[in-house]
Amino acid sequence: MKTVSSLLDADWYDRYKRISKLNIRSSIYDVTNRCNLRCKGCFFFSSGEDKAAPEEMALGAWERFIDKEKDRGVNLAILIGGEPTLCLDRVEAFYKRLPTFCATNGLIKVDRERFPDMMVGISLWGDEADETVLRGKDTFAVSSKNYYGDPHAYYLYTITPRQLGKTEQIIRKIRDAGLKIHMQLLSNDEGVDGFSWTPDELIVIREEMDEMLDRYPDTVISSKYYHEIITTGRMLGRPFGWKECPSVTEPLDTRNPKPKRLIHFIRWASDLNTMHRCCTSETRDCSTCKDGAAHMSWVMVNKRDHIRTTRDLQNWIEIYEMFAKLYQFIPW
Amino acid sequence: MVVETDTVMLRVSEVMINELKLEDVTPETFDPDVDLVDEVGIDSMDLATVALVLQDEYAIRIDEDDYPKLTTVRLIADYIRDKQAA
Repeated sequence: MKTVSSLLDADWYDRYKRISKLNIRSSIYDVTNRCNLRCKGCFFFSSGEDKAAPEEMALGAWERFIDKEKDRGVNLAILIGGEPTLCLDRVEAFYKRLPTFCATNGLIKVDRERFPDMMVGISLWGDEADETVLRGKDTFAVSSKNYYGDPHAYYLYTITPRQLGKTEQIIRKIRDAGLKIHMQLLSNDEGVDGFSWTPDELIVIREEMDEMLDRYPDTVISSKYYHEIITTGRMLGRPFGWKECPSVTEPLDTRNPKPKRLIHFIRWASDLNTMHRCCTSETRDCSTCKDGAAHMSWVMVNKRDHIRTTRDLQNWIEIYEMFAKLYQFIPW
Repeated sequence: MVVETDTVMLRVSEVMINELKLEDVTPETFDPDVDLVDEVGIDSMDLATVALVLQDEYAIRIDEDDYPKLTTVRLIADYIRDKQAA
């Protein structure tokens, strides 16, 4: 029988031991239905999730809810929306109770005296031109000033097909702002012309992502296996999709047979009662979903399948480490 | 009736192998002290699958809160014996 220690040398085994007991139990929370941008392709608004449930306005109700989430075993709160920084009192309620990650467009600065070490993921959808087309403004100009050199922030760079051949200039800008970067691919939920991936483009962007990781290892938080999975949509010969996705809300998960999944994962709407189907939009075609966290989690929950060859297990470790860094379970 | 520990360990190993489709191992060669989580990569979903079979077979209840303690075949066998004796 293949075991972990039979496949790894001492260095890799040390890396494995560093993550093997983390037991990350995440859930996702829509902090608000409001946003200070309206981006084309934002799944939250394009699928009408902003109207799925009225926001709970009482801070005390949020605090009681988060306490219950903690009792449920959640040890990572991923805050999305809407724009969470529009409701910093709710963000603070999470931050005081749980390890918290806050996704933001970066237009509002999170006060570091109030949130000294909360991990912040700043969304970025391309260069100035793409940002203007998709989001109505160049957010980087503002967010890079707000978070310059912040050790607890990174850019979540959503690459679009128009970024082919141009990712390096973005990565350099982010490096020069003293920040890290993690890459994912646009799913183009609203079918904006020219922003859907073709198979050939996915091959090219995979090579480009690999190259960026080799050239900027201190800036890019990624792994080549992740690039493979996200661009091919395949892992160990299996296609990503509804039957495989690990990020389905557990109480709504009626799939049979049950795939490997995130234990006790729920994505909550901002009324603190309604549950969304999964980590992204219910209207999205799962077979073309490019959600980065869902693909990382897909690998992470399929650990046993990676205890096959040394390379497979090393790939699994690299993706787990990447996730653990992005959500601050281990240092950069 | 409380069954001998060695017999339980063999049966637990067999259930693990069958339910989780583990390769290159038999109940006789399954190291009862190997760390199932750290070394074999078994997670709580796998344990739940195995627990369902063992619960029926030994007429006991395996509480999900106890999963973190059940990290080897030997510990699972001891757990089953303790539950039966209780």
